[in-house]
Amino acid sequence: MKVLFGAAFALLFAAGAQAQVKVGIILPYTGQFADGATQMDNAIKLYVKQHGDTVAGKKLEFIRKDTGGIAPDVAKRLAQELVVRDKVDILAGFLLTPNALAAGDVSAEAKKFMVVMNAATSIITTKSPYMARTSLTTPQLNQALGDWAFKKGGVKKAYTMVSDYGPGIDAEQAFQTGFKAAGGEIVGSVRFPVANPDFSAFVQRAKDQSPEGIFVFIPGGAQPAALGKAFAERGIDPKKIKVMGQLELTDESARKAMGDVALGMITAAHYDPNFDNPKNREFVKAYEADYKRTPNFFSMGGYDGMHLIYEALKKTNGNTDGQALIDAAKGMKWDSPRGPITIDPETRDIIQTVYIQRVEKAGDGTRNVVIDKIENVKDPVKERMKK
Amino acid sequence: MQSLVGVLFDGLAYGMLLFLLSAGLSVTLGMMNFVNLAHCAFAMIGGYVAVTLTNSMGWPFLAALPMAFLAAALVSIALERTLYRRLYRASELDQCLFTIGVVFVSIAGAAWFFGTVQQSIETPGYLRGTFQLFGMSFARYRAFLIAFAGAITLALLAGLEYTRFGARVRAAVDNQRMARGLGIDVDRTFALTFAVGGGLAGLGGALAVEMIGLDNAFAFTYLVYVLIVVAVGGLGSIGGSLLAAALLGVSDMAGKYYVPSLGAFLIYLVMVGLLMWRPAGLFGKR
Amino acid sequence: MAAADIFASRARWRWPELAFWACTLLPYAVTPAYLQLASQIAITALFALSLDLIVGYAGLVSLGHAAYFGLGSYAAGLLAKHGWGEPLSGLLLAGLVGGIAGYLSSHVIVRFRHLALIMLTLGFGLLLAEAANSAHAITGGADGLQGVRMGTLLGFKFDLYGRTAYGYSLFTLFLCFLACRRIIHSPFGLALRGIRENSVRMTAIGAPSRAHLRKVYTISAVLAGIAGGLLAQTTETVSLEVLSFGRSADVLVILILGGAGRLYGGLVGAMLYMVARDQFSGVNPQYWYFWIGLLLIGVVMFLPNGVLGGIGRFLPRRA
Repeated sequence: MKVLFGAAFALLFAAGAQAQVKVGIILPYTGQFADGATQMDNAIKLYVKQHGDTVAGKKLEFIRKDTGGIAPDVAKRLAQELVVRDKVDILAGFLLTPNALAAGDVSAEAKKFMVVMNAATSIITTKSPYMARTSLTTPQLNQALGDWAFKKGGVKKAYTMVSDYGPGIDAEQAFQTGFKAAGGEIVGSVRFPVANPDFSAFVQRAKDQSPEGIFVFIPGGAQPAALGKAFAERGIDPKKIKVMGQLELTDESARKAMGDVALGMITAAHYDPNFDNPKNREFVKAYEADYKRTPNFFSMGGYDGMHLIYEALKKTNGNTDGQALIDAAKGMKWDSPRGPITIDPETRDIIQTVYIQRVEKAGDGTRNVVIDKIENVKDPVKERMKK
Repeated sequence: MQSLVGVLFDGLAYGMLLFLLSAGLSVTLGMMNFVNLAHCAFAMIGGYVAVTLTNSMGWPFLAALPMAFLAAALVSIALERTLYRRLYRASELDQCLFTIGVVFVSIAGAAWFFGTVQQSIETPGYLRGTFQLFGMSFARYRAFLIAFAGAITLALLAGLEYTRFGARVRAAVDNQRMARGLGIDVDRTFALTFAVGGGLAGLGGALAVEMIGLDNAFAFTYLVYVLIVVAVGGLGSIGGSLLAAALLGVSDMAGKYYVPSLGAFLIYLVMVGLLMWRPAGLFGKR
Repeated sequence: MAAADIFASRARWRWPELAFWACTLLPYAVTPAYLQLASQIAITALFALSLDLIVGYAGLVSLGHAAYFGLGSYAAGLLAKHGWGEPLSGLLLAGLVGGIAGYLSSHVIVRFRHLALIMLTLGFGLLLAEAANSAHAITGGADGLQGVRMGTLLGFKFDLYGRTAYGYSLFTLFLCFLACRRIIHSPFGLALRGIRENSVRMTAIGAPSRAHLRKVYTISAVLAGIAGGLLAQTTETVSLEVLSFGRSADVLVILILGGAGRLYGGLVGAMLYMVARDQFSGVNPQYWYFWIGLLLIGVVMFLPNGVLGGIGRFLPRRA
């Protein structure tokens, strides 16, 4: 009798286990951030195509939801619906900080594994103990840049100009912290409105201070090109005054629009499609073949995020319990197309190499060339929080 | 002093761009009271046409501009003949809703055909870079923009003043009923004006790519600025739009240079202030 | 006598209305997994109702109504963040803050009409949004307000399924709706409609137009503030988006869609728009705008004056 019951249970359990793993992807597929979402989604699809949609004996199913942009109430509701209605096991995606923060509450309450694939504000991973991040944090890149600028960049006096919103202010503070700690002097700073189509007034102000370096943070999209042109029009030559910033400043579409004006700009990046290692060359080739576009850091965040999900599932043998998955994710290391990365076991955030790159001429156009790197950079804000 | 001149120059260029984008809406709103919130969608069409012709088909930039005008004008006529004319008697709210629907469709359409990525345009070498004058450097493209917009304005004003068609337009704007009573075919006049206005927006969109970029959400992003110019300038007035656009462009630029902490506030404060002083706009009639 | 009869007959509850409200309870039974969405629909419906008072009845078109919604949201959120998590008192505070802001701004706003009014309300809304962005020490800026934790509502916890949230939002919507209904079917409501049709004549017959408009504007702002407070409390998040032009524009579209000036227009519009958006974006996250655009175009072509207006054409006329 007992054997029969046991067998019946085992059969039921096995039948259940043949089921799926559902992953809910929450991204701003429409609205002003749609392009980043497209790049990330492409990379997610590429990873699934390359590795098959079955992991640890279970089939992966993806449910995609659109937040339309910055809308934390919508993101939270979508996360709740994914958990309650669609019964997802894993929450993923998250391009924007406010949305990631709101969904973090759901991850914590429902105890679901959550992978943040782009949003870059430090405190995000503190919102839920089941959350890991595979993208970057703004301070990670910018504090390292500030430190590098003084010690190796030859910039003793710097002027900062950032967009007046969360990420801009974070970047400004991170850069200034790193720069001043290394011994540099900030000669002035300005914050401009987020939706700013024209930079010439602000650039003129910067020029008036005669700094050796100008640190910039602006959202991607139309702005880097507009800024670059403003620099050219006002006579700021990035080869003489070092223009520094985060990687969006010199990504592909920005460089294309700026043309030769961008030559000499220095950016701190965790990923650039130009990185010269075999894994990246393969990745870029596959991406371009399928999507007729070059991937960018949005794509990389998605690609590595999928890798994390797959590997974590393999490690837990298909068990989708939130605690099991996050425990599997902690401390995981692998060689990504961007270089070696680790998921910090303490903070569940990403530890990676920060590359310093400069825009140089390449054939008809320009490209980013790595001139230095800083390895194993942790998120400095959470490091400070620990003390 | 140098920087003041530079700021004024840049502000004026930005203002001229806003003028090109807004002039058409001001006249059509003043003439028929038809609330066309999809106006910037015409700008977007012009922008995409110019980008496709210049980048993918190798047309010279200056040749692509008239095509942008034409494409947007044709779409305006098509839209007006088929859908818009049924709504002239509809309430303002219904017109708003309808044209917002058109904006949504155009944004999704643009995303479908061109993707969501930022577009850039290949401008010819003689329009890139800067030139020196009195020891100050000025951007060539901005100078081109000012000159070009200036020429268009003169052409528009001359057209309004000295042609029969212009006379009909002015009559219809001043008093539609009277104009009809005098035998002027207001509907046809309006259709042509609508086409020219849409074409102008398309031209503005094409010129805007180099300066402020273009993506599939352009139709929405710039709607607010265009509405500001139209409201401040006064409905039905080209001169009003010009002055308002110049004023807004320059004050935006000057504000950002001298008081950057006010940054985004300034353009809205200026608008609110001007509207409270003159609710009908600077040169508005009602 | 006759006047009182007219008001009484208009104010009587007819069976479609009773059926409507009975149906709002259906989500609990039929679609329990959609309660969060239902809650947000109820909140949007309340916001649209508040806008209807000024757009549909008083004739003041505003593109900046999210200002009061956002202020209410932040008021409720900040109260909870700083330790007082009781929902009902937070809601009252939200309404109060919205009302005060509405009262103060009404003195300027009711002097204008047409395009100037629209652009002024738009301008004020944008200015407030910028100010909130600058004051990120208080508002949390672009990241949003963190640490908003609600206590229990009369013993019910705000759960993951949204059961408490929907009950709370729905009941608040109903109470506010009753209040609006009372206002509309009163001499004051009639005066508003008179002002909308012809404000010059109203002043000529001795009705204090400006004072009436200020009053209705303030009431509208109170309701918008309450709606905002509900959103903050049921989602435990507040971000700059609650003050944005996008939110003001959305609610206006929703109201026109449903039919302005018909009391139920905002509610019907909210239901239609948000369910359509949810369904379209579920099917096609990247291009759902296209279908929504077609929906709007279709409604205007075939149902002028909104859904309720269009339906009204097919129903027998009432006295």
